[in-house]
Amino acid sequence: MMKKEILKLRDVKVYFPVKAGVFNRTVGHVMAVDGVDLDIYRGEVLGLAGESGCGKTTLGKAILRLVEPTNGEVTYVSKEDDETELTSLEKKDMDPFRKKLQIVFQDPHSSLNPSFTIFGSLQDPLKKFGVNSKEERRKIIGDLLEAVNMRREYMDRYPHEFSGGQRQRIGIVRALCLDPELIVCDEAVSALDVSIQAQVLQLLMQLKKDNNLTYLFITHDLSVTEYLCDRIAVMYLGRIVELCDSEDLYKNTLHPYSEALISAIPVADLDKKTKRIVLEGDVPSPVNPPKGCPFHPRCPKAKDICKTEVPTLKKYSTNGNEHYASCHLIDLPEIS
Amino acid sequence: MAKTSLDRKFDQIKKREEEKSFSIKKRSRIVSKFLNNRLAVVGLIIFTIIILASLFAPLLSPYDPMRVDLRSMRQAPSFDHWFGTDSTGRDVFTRVLFGGRVSIFIGLGSAILSAVVGIAVGCYAGYKGGWIDVIALRVSEIFMSFPQIILVLLLVSITGQSLFNLMAIFILTGWGGMYRLARARMLSLREEEYVQALRSFGLSTFTICYKHMLPNALSPIMVNITLSTAMFILTEAGLSFLGLGVPLNIPTWGNILNVAQDILILQNYWWMWGPVGIVISVFVLCVNFIGDGLRDSTDPSQQG
Ligand SMILES: Nc1ncnc2c1ncn2[C@@H]1O[C@H](COP(=O)(O)OP(=O)(O)OP(=O)(O)O)[C@@H](O)[C@H]1O
Ligand code: SF4
Ligand SMILES: [Mg+2]
Repeated sequence: MMKKEILKLRDVKVYFPVKAGVFNRTVGHVMAVDGVDLDIYRGEVLGLAGESGCGKTTLGKAILRLVEPTNGEVTYVSKEDDETELTSLEKKDMDPFRKKLQIVFQDPHSSLNPSFTIFGSLQDPLKKFGVNSKEERRKIIGDLLEAVNMRREYMDRYPHEFSGGQRQRIGIVRALCLDPELIVCDEAVSALDVSIQAQVLQLLMQLKKDNNLTYLFITHDLSVTEYLCDRIAVMYLGRIVELCDSEDLYKNTLHPYSEALISAIPVADLDKKTKRIVLEGDVPSPVNPPKGCPFHPRCPKAKDICKTEVPTLKKYSTNGNEHYASCHLIDLPEIS
Repeated sequence: MAKTSLDRKFDQIKKREEEKSFSIKKRSRIVSKFLNNRLAVVGLIIFTIIILASLFAPLLSPYDPMRVDLRSMRQAPSFDHWFGTDSTGRDVFTRVLFGGRVSIFIGLGSAILSAVVGIAVGCYAGYKGGWIDVIALRVSEIFMSFPQIILVLLLVSITGQSLFNLMAIFILTGWGGMYRLARARMLSLREEEYVQALRSFGLSTFTICYKHMLPNALSPIMVNITLSTAMFILTEAGLSFLGLGVPLNIPTWGNILNVAQDILILQNYWWMWGPVGIVISVFVLCVNFIGDGLRDSTDPSQQG
């Protein structure tokens, strides 16, 4: 099968100004996302992993233009191969693309409006996109509720009547209601109980199959991603440091940061247990990232060159697959 | 099979529970919490009585609040004149009832209108941010940093005395507090994920902030409306007492109190100012109790 892109990110940056002082002057920037190049292919599940604060959510929001990228291009490629650059569109011209790109949020408690019933808060988007009869709207929402294993009558209830897992499934209904193509799942299960996590993940995979969806699956937990994702991108301080097939990430890890993340996964199988690499120190502040390789203050392999020169994301090949990584110390031949 | 007495008891309990769950609609938690607050309930009852009495004043009193009756000047309270009569023979009880209409109208009206203005500006500016917010914030700061009483005196002397001028002044000085309250709620609400979700559908700013977010910001605003009602009523009374409020020919609680400026009346004719003073105090106290009750019952951090 030919891989076709659905979304192409080129040098995407999101900087938040840091204001201080009496006059609210900008004294610096939080470089939440600092130059991300990424292709997302139609029909895949792309994992996006990294520690808290590395900019995963911000990148996901930048794709939907919930935050405006400071720089860079986000290009949507339709099924018919028409390309549209989204960041330069006027707000109102975004509408056709808002249908195709949706998001499921992390926190089931703030993701639903407490003052409205489920139907009440979901009907406005449908109205906006031309579903004018109330019966029609009720039918769409009811069908989707059934698709996520809930009863249609639940649409007339208020959010406080639901459990965390149910709320998360309602969040999925909301993301699905306009028949999207790509869904950003921002830690969609990490706030849930482990047993319920598995349920919701299974549901997500079922829905993906039924609706030909593409997922950008954001997580800070690399133990889920292996089974779920086709490819994984590892992020550190706003940049992608490694990107490859998920199998290769675990078997042929190239970047020391990914290695440390993987070694931190609890393993049930004692034979497989590798020595855990403990990262020292906290994630450096994204306001003032370290010079050279941003990872060097914590990297167990750091050499002198790492302190001065910024490594770029280069393409290698492992196991016959493309494998991107940004580290000075990789002794594989670079592929152009 | 014979039923034991235990079985029967259980049946009874079950029946009672079913009846309850079908016949009585579940009262919302906020309402029941409010009703559990004695002071608030007493406040609400007296508040309602005073408002109804003012509204139906013509039915409760045979007198005309404006009609001068020189034959019955300065009469002490009696069966005919419950609160006595004033220097021109007008029935004080009737005047208090009719005065309540105007005073409450001014207080409640100004509070509600300044809430409307404050909410309209605060919701939009708080949600949108940017230069609109900066301007609104500065303007409200200017209004709020100026001593209110001086502003009122200044505006009264410029625009002259009338009921609507007074209300306009109250709204002008009162919207800032409401605006800041609404804005602060919006600032915290706009990071909620349901708001982000609405934005991801590209819904209009108006739909998002006035329809979807506002209901979640209302409870502190309701509390503030009650408290400013009390404050405006007191301010009106104070200003009218000084002769700067509503024109003297319209009976308001403040205008009735105005006669107490005269030392002779203050010393000799207590009924001309005493009862109305008590009514003002009681009404304001009740409104404050209601406000406190509302605050406690809508505050999610005070569970129980
Ligand atoms: N609106 C904002 N204004 C200023 N700084 C922000 C804003 N949103 C995020 N940031 C900062 O950007 C950085 C990245 O945040 P982001 O939420 O994208 O991280 P994350 O990878 O999703 O983390 P988590 O796993 O905790 O969700 C953080 O340092 C955060 O403090
Ligand atoms: S470039 Fe140097 S510091 Fe950065 S990850 Fe590679 S070895 Fe570590
Ligand atoms: Mg996040």
